[in-house]
Amino acid sequence: MIRKFFDIVANNAVPAIFILISAFAIPLSGFSASYLVQELLTRIGRNSFLILSLLIPIMAGMGLNFGMVLGAMAGQIGLLFICDWGVVGIPGMVLACLIGTPIAIVLGIFCGHILNRAKGREMVTSYILGFFINGVYQMVVLYLMGWVIPITNPTLLLSRGYGVRNAVSLMGIRGVLDNLLPTVIAGTEGAKQFLNVNGANTYLLLQIPCLDGAIRLPLATFIIIALFCAFIIWFRKTKLGQDMRAIGQDQGVSHSSGIPVNRTRIIAIVISTVLACYGQIIYLQNMGTLNTYNSHDQAGMFSIAALLIGGASVSRASIANVFVGVILFHLMFIVAPMAGKNLIGEAQIGEYFRVFVSYGIIALALVLHAWKRNREREAARRSMRGDK
Amino acid sequence: MIGKFIKSAGWPRIIIAAFLLGLFIAAPFVGVNIYTSFNNTLVRFGMNGIMVLAMIPMVQAGCGLNFGLPLGIIAGLLGATLSIELNTQILEWLVKFGTQYKYLSFLSQEFVTAYRQPIGFASAIIIAIPIAAVLGWFYGKLLNRVKGDEMMIATYVGFSSVSFMCIAWLLLPYKHPTMVWGYAGRGLRTTISVEGYWLRILNDALAIDVNEHLRIPTGMLIFFAVTAVIVWIFMRTKTGTALTAVGSNPEFARASGVNVDRMRTISVVMSTILGAVGIIVYEQSFGFIQLYMGPFYMALPAVASILLGGASVNKASILNVIIGTFLFQGILTMTPSVFNSVFQTDMSEVIRLIVSNGMILYALTRKVRA
Repeated sequence: MIRKFFDIVANNAVPAIFILISAFAIPLSGFSASYLVQELLTRIGRNSFLILSLLIPIMAGMGLNFGMVLGAMAGQIGLLFICDWGVVGIPGMVLACLIGTPIAIVLGIFCGHILNRAKGREMVTSYILGFFINGVYQMVVLYLMGWVIPITNPTLLLSRGYGVRNAVSLMGIRGVLDNLLPTVIAGTEGAKQFLNVNGANTYLLLQIPCLDGAIRLPLATFIIIALFCAFIIWFRKTKLGQDMRAIGQDQGVSHSSGIPVNRTRIIAIVISTVLACYGQIIYLQNMGTLNTYNSHDQAGMFSIAALLIGGASVSRASIANVFVGVILFHLMFIVAPMAGKNLIGEAQIGEYFRVFVSYGIIALALVLHAWKRNREREAARRSMRGDK
Repeated sequence: MIGKFIKSAGWPRIIIAAFLLGLFIAAPFVGVNIYTSFNNTLVRFGMNGIMVLAMIPMVQAGCGLNFGLPLGIIAGLLGATLSIELNTQILEWLVKFGTQYKYLSFLSQEFVTAYRQPIGFASAIIIAIPIAAVLGWFYGKLLNRVKGDEMMIATYVGFSSVSFMCIAWLLLPYKHPTMVWGYAGRGLRTTISVEGYWLRILNDALAIDVNEHLRIPTGMLIFFAVTAVIVWIFMRTKTGTALTAVGSNPEFARASGVNVDRMRTISVVMSTILGAVGIIVYEQSFGFIQLYMGPFYMALPAVASILLGGASVNKASILNVIIGTFLFQGILTMTPSVFNSVFQTDMSEVIRLIVSNGMILYALTRKVRA
């Protein structure tokens, strides 16, 4: 009984803590509901794809794929090239994906092989691998681009003639996917104003009378995310998906029943890396600027934190976890600095607080998972001895 | 013979050692002063040595590489900042003790004033050690509950404690004018100079000037040697042996009556204390206390150093520390100067990233010998 209660608490502790924090912080921040909804919708569109890319390695029992930053870097390299060539709009995004895909596949295969050599400590290895490839990425982008790899656009390059600038503007593809099917949700008044300003090519999806102002909906991005969710649900039912789940349960048994364990694990990582590459491109088309040397770092940490906040653990994650996580994590992200400012008079504290929460929550989730696993192992050992 | 040597040393280590040797050979030809390079390598060796030493107890006890080193560093930072904040009080207390107790009568006003810098340095360490012990004890208890996942959790314990302390540095009631932000009168600065307190106190002690470019920081090297000897002796006491036994084979150790969890906790406490002392030694040479996000990535160079020296995820010795720190810091000092003269560009940051993380990856993917 007590153990069951403990399990329920341990399984849902993280989202519960977050709902509690948000319940305090939202009124303190003083933001209006429509502002919060708008921000959340934008951020769901921006981040969900990246987070969804983490699901498949978890299914294959490889834990949180900290190596997703490899995919993010591949995506960024694709974006750098389309900026250089001046390809804009949806064709630009597609081209960036096409350039990123082979790089992501190669990096994914590399990552998969490394992780197969480090079974049992995949997470810390993929984490360090992220740093290692970051070094290689910096070498390529900072020294080889413009020197060995032709980059002709001078606005991309540092003044010394080679190496890419720290901040690259992505004006050419900014918001192209989000605004492909411009859609708003608006109150009666807001709808009128919005349609007047934006013209007839905006669809009014929903009219809610009590709402003030208008909320933009990045519909095309949402459709892509929905398609991707459908892909994951379908993928779980395929032979490959079933193999991955079997490996996630027990590698030894899977091997005996004829599943190529190492190969399947590599495929899981490759899929995750390629998807992270697309995810990063979607993320950056929304942001509109590329921080050449930082964007990918943050992508990994924030995605993993969000997934864990959604109630996922190292061995179990669902699509629902992704969306709950995005909403709760970014709710805190939006309100924490304002709440900090209104509470203590310093926005900096809210800023540090959300950094602390991002790391603290990953630590907490990892601890809870390891603790639970060790307790289960103990229990299994006891039951072998015949004790209760 | 050579094949055996390569096998025992490992390819990455040989490549990196050869790379460093090449840098030292190339240095005079590209106009880099070999003495200056050697001087910098020695100083950085002394600065980082104790933090690398901090890896030994946890590796030996089977807790893996201490990616949670920032926790110990935080204890050190608290000790360092408190020693400056309370500097005048501490000196006053010492004089008071000197007048009260006969056997402390050497603590006269003149003595305390003359030696206020060493006293300040000692007080930083004395304040830091109990803080590190307490933090390390909790950290050890936590790691005992998560056996098998220590390294990943250690990383995030380090990160979250650093970001938690970011809030604390802003809110703690420090008052000392050289440490808090001038306009607000509260909240610690991001970097605090230790000039006038204990700047280069170990570096300059007994320093030997070989020529104008090379100055051997004898005091700091002696401090490192003493700490290393203490660790060496500790690892050979009954507790130290039990600790190694736990790391080699926990089941066997348990069967022979060793309290596994207790040994692991002791190793973590020791590692944390060494981290705290290490950062203070680092700061006295560097000249600044770096707060906020400063300690964030400090575990990685230390981890990479000991692995470079030949340690594995579950075996490490003092010799590994010395060789590793020397190689790693050597590369850090030599690459910028040599590469700058040859290519007119500083690639040291990229090389540091690739070498240190490549080394950690190599260690993590190596088959563990039973």
